Amino acid sequence: MSEREVLELLRENARYDTADIARMTDLDEDEVADAIEALEAAGIVRGYQAVVDWDRLEDERVRAEVELNVTLDRETGYDDIAERLARFPQVKALRLISGDYDFDMEVEGDSIREVSRFISEKVAPVPEITQTVTHYVMASYKENGIELGDGEDDDRLSVSP
Amino acid sequence: MTGSLEPAERVQAVGPSGIRRFFEIAEERDDVISLGVGEPDFSAPWAARDAAIQSLERGKTSYTANRGMYDLREAISRYVGDRFGLEYGPDEEILVTAGASEAVDLAFRAFVDPGDTVAVAQPAYISYGPGVTFAGGEVLPVRTREEDDFRLTVEALETAGAETADLLVLCYPNNPTGAVMSRADLEPIAAFAREHDLAVLSDEIYAELTYDERDTAADASPGTATHASIATLPGMRERTIVCNGFSKAHAMTGLRLGYALGPGGAINAMNRVHQYGMLSAPTTAQYAALEALDSCGDDVEAMVDQYNRRRRFVISRFREIGMPCFEAKGAFYVFPEVPDGWDGIANEFAERLLRERGVAVVPGDVFGVGGEGHLRVSYATGLEELREALARIESFVDQHV
Ligand SMILES: Cc1ncc(COP(=O)(O)O)c(C=O)c1O
Repeated sequence: MSEREVLELLRENARYDTADIARMTDLDEDEVADAIEALEAAGIVRGYQAVVDWDRLEDERVRAEVELNVTLDRETGYDDIAERLARFPQVKALRLISGDYDFDMEVEGDSIREVSRFISEKVAPVPEITQTVTHYVMASYKENGIELGDGEDDDRLSVSP
Repeated sequence: MTGSLEPAERVQAVGPSGIRRFFEIAEERDDVISLGVGEPDFSAPWAARDAAIQSLERGKTSYTANRGMYDLREAISRYVGDRFGLEYGPDEEILVTAGASEAVDLAFRAFVDPGDTVAVAQPAYISYGPGVTFAGGEVLPVRTREEDDFRLTVEALETAGAETADLLVLCYPNNPTGAVMSRADLEPIAAFAREHDLAVLSDEIYAELTYDERDTAADASPGTATHASIATLPGMRERTIVCNGFSKAHAMTGLRLGYALGPGGAINAMNRVHQYGMLSAPTTAQYAALEALDSCGDDVEAMVDQYNRRRRFVISRFREIGMPCFEAKGAFYVFPEVPDGWDGIANEFAERLLRERGVAVVPGDVFGVGGEGHLRVSYATGLEELREALARIESFVDQHV
């Protein structure tokens, strides 16, 4: 299960290079490189991105979580609707979920106005969509498993027995 | 000290610890990456913390039984049985203490008479020597060697003259070397102890932190963990006190909870000292510990996985840098040698590394014989810091060697 181990390490930090991963596992560098290639080729690893704490940037991004309810007919399924929505660059994540609504959509834009406009002009008019509820993100505390707090609270003694 | 508060000779005999100086230098600057830390960088598992909080909310703020809460002793009994094949009953054979530190100290006070000789396998945790001195005993250092991966051998015991000792102190997995001993390694040591009628104090606080592949477990203890306890070997139970606690594997250093395991009579003797000196271990911590044993096994495993990655990373980096480093398989320390070509001593290496590059490590000398020329490097620190620290060490070595 070395691929699995490599995958776990990449999820922890995609910037670990093959040498670092080799040092942390029982694998040599070539095996690590092969494992990463295989993970990418199989479409398991789909990309690498930075986890950003937007609150720390001057030019804030506006993000919203949008609940979508849809009605299906004989010709249109969830996949069709999803495909249509996923194409918009403003949509950062789109998931079909169980519960009170059908899709959970993450939208990003430069301003509240831009995001609102996108939802009212591009999303709401989709005929199968019966309802949208938009929640603007006010603060983020954890993204992709990484806590965004100050973090530096290691209050251990610097040298101890 | 003036006036009548003149410290007793036994106290005067013990100087400040060699770690103290590095602590003071490290405190002077704020860019230090410390690999000198002997405790986990994780917090206690949330369930254990929550149990402590709940116990406070329910007003559980009284003393417990001297030996510790019965439920906790039962849980410890089950745990050490399942994990390490150690069989100790909750009524007579388990004593809950304020940290493994107290358990070790009680053992010295309960079993060492003035003038007794206590053989200590070194390099060793820094508290054993002073503990023996405070109890009026004398330390006989038994040197373990890097050639043996810092495992104790009968040859080392004989060279040191340990057959005349009254008590032998073992610590595996070891602080500072990270050495472990398999069941097979322990067998001749046990035979030596039986032959020369040595009592054994086995500090097994790092027992959960072993990184050997699971398939070697058959060679370890009869339990499920890869750690082997000398107390499980034939004829050893009656002459061994096992110390353990929640500081390391359960990341509960500040809660101060540990325990001693041994035959009823011996635990009774330790309890006699404990009941006057400590009364009982902290109640809040006992509730946390009970929960830790009940439900935090997965947390421990997750931490062990992290340590293992860091261990491999750190060992290979030291070897790349040209600092020989044996394959430490336990605790969260590695024990590399100062690099070939460095003409100074480890102490000086560590001090200059700290002053010039802001990386704190502990020179091996402070852990007794066998530690010379080595550094204790703790990997109880995040990988990012480890990467940076090793890069700084590399540049330091490139510049000076
Ligand atoms: C070998 C060894 N024994 C005992 C202790 C003390 O543990 P506790 O916090 O349980 O007193 C330590 C702590 O560093 C240790 O390394």
